[in-house]
Amino acid sequence: MTRLLASNAIVVAAAVTALGAVFGPVAIRRGRREWLMYLYAAVYTNFVLVSLSTLALVYGLVSHDFSISYVAQVGSRATPTFYTIISLWGALEGSIVFWAWVLGMYAAAVVWFNRTREGNLVPYAATTLLAVALFFHILLLGPANPFQAVFPVPFDGPGPNPLLQNHILMAVHPPLLYLGYVGLTVPFAFAVGAMLSGEVADDAWIRLTRRWTITAWGFLTAAIIAGMWWSYEVLGWGGYWAWDPVENASFIPWLTCTAYLHSVMVQERRGMLKLWNLNLMVGTFVLTILGTFLTRSGIISSVHAFTQGTIGYFFLGFIAIVLLATLVLVAGNSDKLGSEGRLDAPLSRETAFLLNNLFFTVFMFTVLIGTLFPLVAEAVRGVKVSVGTPFFNRMSIPMMVTLLFLMGVGPALPWRKAAGPELQRRLLPGVVVGVVLAVAALIAGARNAYAVLAFLFAGFALGVNVEEFVRGTIARVKAHGEAWPTALSRLVSGNRRRYGGYVAHIGVVMVALGVTASVTFKAEQEATLKPGESLTVAGHTVRFKGAWGREEQQRQVIGATMEVMAGDRVTGIIEPRMNYYPTSSSPVPTPQVRSMLTGDLYLNLMAFRPDGSTITVKAIWEPLVPWIWMGGLVLCIGAIIGVLPQRQRLAEAQSASGAPSALAEGQP
Amino acid sequence: MTMRKRTKWGALAAVGVLVIAFGWLIYGGLDSNVVYFLTPKELLAKGVEGYDKPVRLGGQVKPGSVVWDEKALDLRFSVTDGTGEIAVHSRGAPPQMFKDGQGVVVEGRYGRDGVFMSTSLMVKHSNEYKAPTKGERPTEMYKSLMKSPGT
Repeated sequence: MTRLLASNAIVVAAAVTALGAVFGPVAIRRGRREWLMYLYAAVYTNFVLVSLSTLALVYGLVSHDFSISYVAQVGSRATPTFYTIISLWGALEGSIVFWAWVLGMYAAAVVWFNRTREGNLVPYAATTLLAVALFFHILLLGPANPFQAVFPVPFDGPGPNPLLQNHILMAVHPPLLYLGYVGLTVPFAFAVGAMLSGEVADDAWIRLTRRWTITAWGFLTAAIIAGMWWSYEVLGWGGYWAWDPVENASFIPWLTCTAYLHSVMVQERRGMLKLWNLNLMVGTFVLTILGTFLTRSGIISSVHAFTQGTIGYFFLGFIAIVLLATLVLVAGNSDKLGSEGRLDAPLSRETAFLLNNLFFTVFMFTVLIGTLFPLVAEAVRGVKVSVGTPFFNRMSIPMMVTLLFLMGVGPALPWRKAAGPELQRRLLPGVVVGVVLAVAALIAGARNAYAVLAFLFAGFALGVNVEEFVRGTIARVKAHGEAWPTALSRLVSGNRRRYGGYVAHIGVVMVALGVTASVTFKAEQEATLKPGESLTVAGHTVRFKGAWGREEQQRQVIGATMEVMAGDRVTGIIEPRMNYYPTSSSPVPTPQVRSMLTGDLYLNLMAFRPDGSTITVKAIWEPLVPWIWMGGLVLCIGAIIGVLPQRQRLAEAQSASGAPSALAEGQP
Repeated sequence: MTMRKRTKWGALAAVGVLVIAFGWLIYGGLDSNVVYFLTPKELLAKGVEGYDKPVRLGGQVKPGSVVWDEKALDLRFSVTDGTGEIAVHSRGAPPQMFKDGQGVVVEGRYGRDGVFMSTSLMVKHSNEYKAPTKGERPTEMYKSLMKSPGT
C-alpha cells in the first residue's frame, strides 16, 4: 500500500515534470503568458508528489514495511527509530529520493517568489528546473528504484551500514550536503534561463539568485565541515581530511562556487566578467553532478558508494547533455557578453578578485585532476593506482597560503585604483597581527616555511577584516553619534553582503589556524597499558582504569575507561570504544575526544586482550582543532548575514550613485 | 585598436604560459606521488624498480608469520598472494580484526633490505558487510568483559 503510493507518486511526478518541461518553451514561444500559470503549477505539483513519495518512504522505514525493497535493504527492527529515519539517505535509492525532494522544494520556492516577474527569464528557469527534476525521476524509475516489491516479505532486515549509524553527525552532514549541492541548481537554472531568454546582458539572473546562491554555498560549506567532523569523530585515525575522492567531490564545486561569489561582484560593480560568471555557474552545477556520479556510482569504493549498477551511465549521459546544451547556449549568446568596463589599475579590488578567481580555478583543476587520475589510469593503462595525500598537499598548500594572503589584501583595496597612504593605513593592523602570529608560531617550534607563512597570512587576513568592522563602526559613531553596538549592527545591516563576507573571512581564518596548528604541532603516542598504567602526550597524561563491555539495543560495545590526570588528581574521564554491529564482524572504532580551547585530547582504542587485562590505546594531542568547527559555524553565520534581507537601502543607493561618504567608501 | 589587439595577444600568451606551467607542475606532482596497488608477486616482479617507491601492497597475512611485540608496539608479518611473499615491518597496534589469513592492504615502501616498511595498515573488508558467524559475536568472544560492569 505504502509502496504503491510512493511508487506511483514518482511516476506521476515524472509525467508532470516531462509535460511541464515541454509545455514551458511552447507557452513562452507563443507569447501566451496566461499559460505560464500551468508551467508553474507543474513545479508546485512536482513538489507535492515528491513530498508524498518521500513521506511514504519514511513511513515505510519507521513501520518496518519490508515489502519495500529499500526498507528491506537498510531497515532493521533493532535499529533505533532515529537512525531508522535518517537511513532515508543511508543508501543509494533513498538518497536519490531525498535529492529529488530537496530539488522539488527549491524549485517550488524559487518559482513562487519570482512568479510575478515580467519577461521570459523565470519561465525558462522553471523549465530548466523541471528538466533537472525529470532526470532524477528517471533515476528513481530506473537504476535507483527504492520501491520495488519484495516477495516473500522478510521478517527483518540487516539495518544500515554500521559506519553510518555510529554517530549523530550522520543526521547532519548528508542533509546539509544535499541542501548545498541541490541548491546550486537554482542559479544554474537561472543562468540557463538568462541565456534562453536573451536577458543575459543585464545582471537579472545574478541578482534574482544572489540569496539562493549564498544559501546553497552556506549549506555546502557547513556540509564539508560537518563531513570533516564526522570523519574525525568516527574513523579513529585522528584526522579530518584525507583528500579522499568523496571529500574532493564536495570540495570541487565549493571552490568554483566560492570563486563565483567573488567574481559576480566584479560584474555587478564594473560590468566585467559576464561570460566568465556564466561559465563558472554552469561549471559548478556540472561539478555537483560529477561529484554525485563519483560518490554514488560505485566507481570509487568508499562508505559513500553503495552499489555497482548502471546508474553511472545515466549520470555520464546527463553530464554530457548539460555540457553540450550549455556550450551551444553560451556560444549563441557570446555577442551579448562583452565587457563594459576594463581594468583601470593593477592595484585595485578588481585585480584581487581576478587573482582570487585564478587561484580558485587552478585549485579546482588540481583537485579534479588528482581525483580523476586513478579512474583514467585504470581505464587507459589498466593499472590500479591511487593519488596520495603528498600530491594534494604539495599542490594545494601554496595555493591555500596565497588565497589567505588575497583574503587579507582584497578587502583593503578599493575599486578602480588604490591610493598609497590610505592602503597602508588599512593594511597596518593586519601586518601587526600577522607578524605576531608568525613569531608566536616560530617560538612554538614551527619550522616549515608554509606553516609560518600560513600563520602570517591568517593573522594578516584576520587583522584587515576585523579592521573593516572597527573603521566602519567608528565612522558611524562619529557621524551619527550612535552607541557602539547600534553603530556596529547598523553598519552590518546597511550592507549585509559585504559584512557577511568579512564574517565568513574571519571564519576561514579560524579554520586555517586550526588546520595549520593541528598539522604543525600534532603529537601522538601509542601504548599497551595494564590497569593503573598511564600514557603522556604533549604534557597530557591519561591513566587506564579498566576495560568493560555492555550490550546496547542495536550493538555491543567494548570500552576502556581512561582518566585524565593533573598531577595525582583525576580531572576527567575519556572512554574510547569499539562498537560491534550484528551485520559486521569487524568493530567500528569510536574514539572519544575531550575538547579544550587550545586543542583536543583524542583517544582511540586500538586493541584489547579478550579478557581486558591490557589494552592498546592511541592518544593524540590535536592543537586548535575545535577552532575548525567553530570557524565553520562563523562561516555559516557569515552566510546567514549575507542572506538576510537588507534593512537599509540608503547605503546601497549612496554607493550606487558614487556619493562620497564615509560609509559608501570602498563598498562592493 | 592595435593597442587593444596587442593586449589581447599578450593576455592569451600569459594564459598559455600559465596553463603550460600548471600542467608541468601537475605532471611532476602526479609522477612522483602516484601510489600503485600491487600484490607481492607484482612487486617482486619489478625487481630493483620496486624499491623505495610508494606502494599499496595487498594480500593475505601469512599464517604463523605474525610477530607482535605488545610493549614495543612493533609488528612483523608476511604478506602473501599464494605465489609471492614479502616481509612487512610496521609500528603501532594492528587493527582489532588483524589475524592470520586476513586480507590486508599495507601502504609503505619496499626497502633494499627486502623488508616492506609500512606507514599504514588496513584490514580489507569485502564490500558487503558480512555478519559474524557463531562464535564471532563479541558476547561470546569477550564473555568476561561483557559481564564486568560499565562505569
